[in-house]
Amino acid sequence: MAKIIVITSGKGGVGKTTTSAAIGTGLALRGFKTVIVDFDVGLRNLDLIMGCERRVVYDFVNLINGDSNLNQTLIKDKRSDNLYILPASQTRDKDALTQDGVEKVLEELKLTFDYIVCDSPAGIEKGAHLAMYFADEAIVVTNPEVSSVRDSDRMLGLLSSKSRRAESGERIKEHLLLTRYNPVRADLGEMLTVSDVEDILSIPLLGVIPESQAVLKASNQGVPVIMDELSDAGQAYGDAVDRLLGETIPHRFLEAQKKSLLQRLFGGR
Amino acid sequence: MTAESHSDKLDTDLAFNLKGGMLTMTVIELVRQEPERFARQLAEKVRQAPNFFKDTPVVFSLDKLSDELDATTLAHLLQICRDSGMQPMALRGSEAFRPLAQHCGLVLMLPGRVRDKSGEGERRGAAGPKKPEAVRRETPVAAAPAPVAAEGIPSKVITQPVRSGQQVYARGGDLVVLASVSPGSELLADGNIHVYGPLRGRALAGVRGNTEARIFCQSLEAELVSIAGQYKVAEDLRRHLWKEATQISLDGDSLKIVPL
Repeated sequence: MAKIIVITSGKGGVGKTTTSAAIGTGLALRGFKTVIVDFDVGLRNLDLIMGCERRVVYDFVNLINGDSNLNQTLIKDKRSDNLYILPASQTRDKDALTQDGVEKVLEELKLTFDYIVCDSPAGIEKGAHLAMYFADEAIVVTNPEVSSVRDSDRMLGLLSSKSRRAESGERIKEHLLLTRYNPVRADLGEMLTVSDVEDILSIPLLGVIPESQAVLKASNQGVPVIMDELSDAGQAYGDAVDRLLGETIPHRFLEAQKKSLLQRLFGGR
Repeated sequence: MTAESHSDKLDTDLAFNLKGGMLTMTVIELVRQEPERFARQLAEKVRQAPNFFKDTPVVFSLDKLSDELDATTLAHLLQICRDSGMQPMALRGSEAFRPLAQHCGLVLMLPGRVRDKSGEGERRGAAGPKKPEAVRRETPVAAAPAPVAAEGIPSKVITQPVRSGQQVYARGGDLVVLASVSPGSELLADGNIHVYGPLRGRALAGVRGNTEARIFCQSLEAELVSIAGQYKVAEDLRRHLWKEATQISLDGDSLKIVPL
């Protein structure tokens, strides 16, 4: 049975698309047939992060309008046979998405895929609403910062009231993913700590992604950061995917690394 | 066809149930029949608490009115109420007002029937806090919600976190929240509010003027607490018992916050 997972946050710029790319790729690398759907119509980014921007012919809106079929529109990832991307339209706006159209496309995707990862746009308007409406599970991406946490809280409220599952009396399974976490700054009180955020949002913690140079580098190279297995962010996303699949793994990268004598001597970061 | 005649014989599926119920209503006690002044003062009240008056059923009490009221003036006053979003349901007054009530399409409620249990209300109404009750002019009957709750309007129990942007209202009774209440959310109850997770949003108890209403919480971190219109914001709350288990009640015109 195909599972629809929405990656959402409310606030912009917290790492939804990076997370969608990483989680989607991680699921595909573990053998699940996965499609990542870009719901951010008008601000198409997922194809850039996935490095397939030059192969976009048709998009989500074309598919909804019946201008193209699924085979023509899906872009197959070059790194994994299990991974496909459904790009958003850059020239249209979010009003081009309709609830019936989105439902029809998702139902068709369910026939062939194990996981459908929906990359939600920021905000709580139509695009974000449609991205989460049909979801079975939700990964709420939050930065350790008060406004991001409050927006995530608002999003969690919408997930539990304005989704199809909520309307039929079921619940969407919610996961918290804390991104851009810097244990040093959290210790200094410049950032909310993991427990602060968990306390406010009170949903299970899927993972903590450390603030990492690897993320920016990966984005600019069009390689999902989870493929960078040497980086801390890549490893943290790997752990998050395993937890999503039901494994119990201790959280890493929560403590500030003590600087070694040599690092202290040379002042390296 | 057969199914229909069959069901006629064995009429077991009830089309309706008859149930007794107590409803809370706001009473507008008319003191003067001056539509302009009435409209102006009402508009001011509505401005203070717009949500309170929306679709609120009201009873027009004519007990305190000394002089004769004619149908045109009454119709005018009722229209002012409707324009403010209220829904006049009934006239309260002596038998003499029956033709007037019939003319306006309202129910006539004889004063005695409601008056009987005003003893408890009198004490409560006299505190006369700011918000909705002011309209009722400290009428004893107006403060009926507490007895209603006591007679068994079920409490509303929330087991999931109340998130930013959400609003929960327990009409006519108590509100019990077993999870956290986030900043940017709002709890409203005609009766008491109990919160067993951290209370970080707004909590307004006794929103229809029950000055006996209280707020109980495990950890007071609220943006605002209010009882019957008397409120305190986080800036003031922070100084005393912040993040402690507390009970908040109304003591005269001010909120009293004590440890649980």
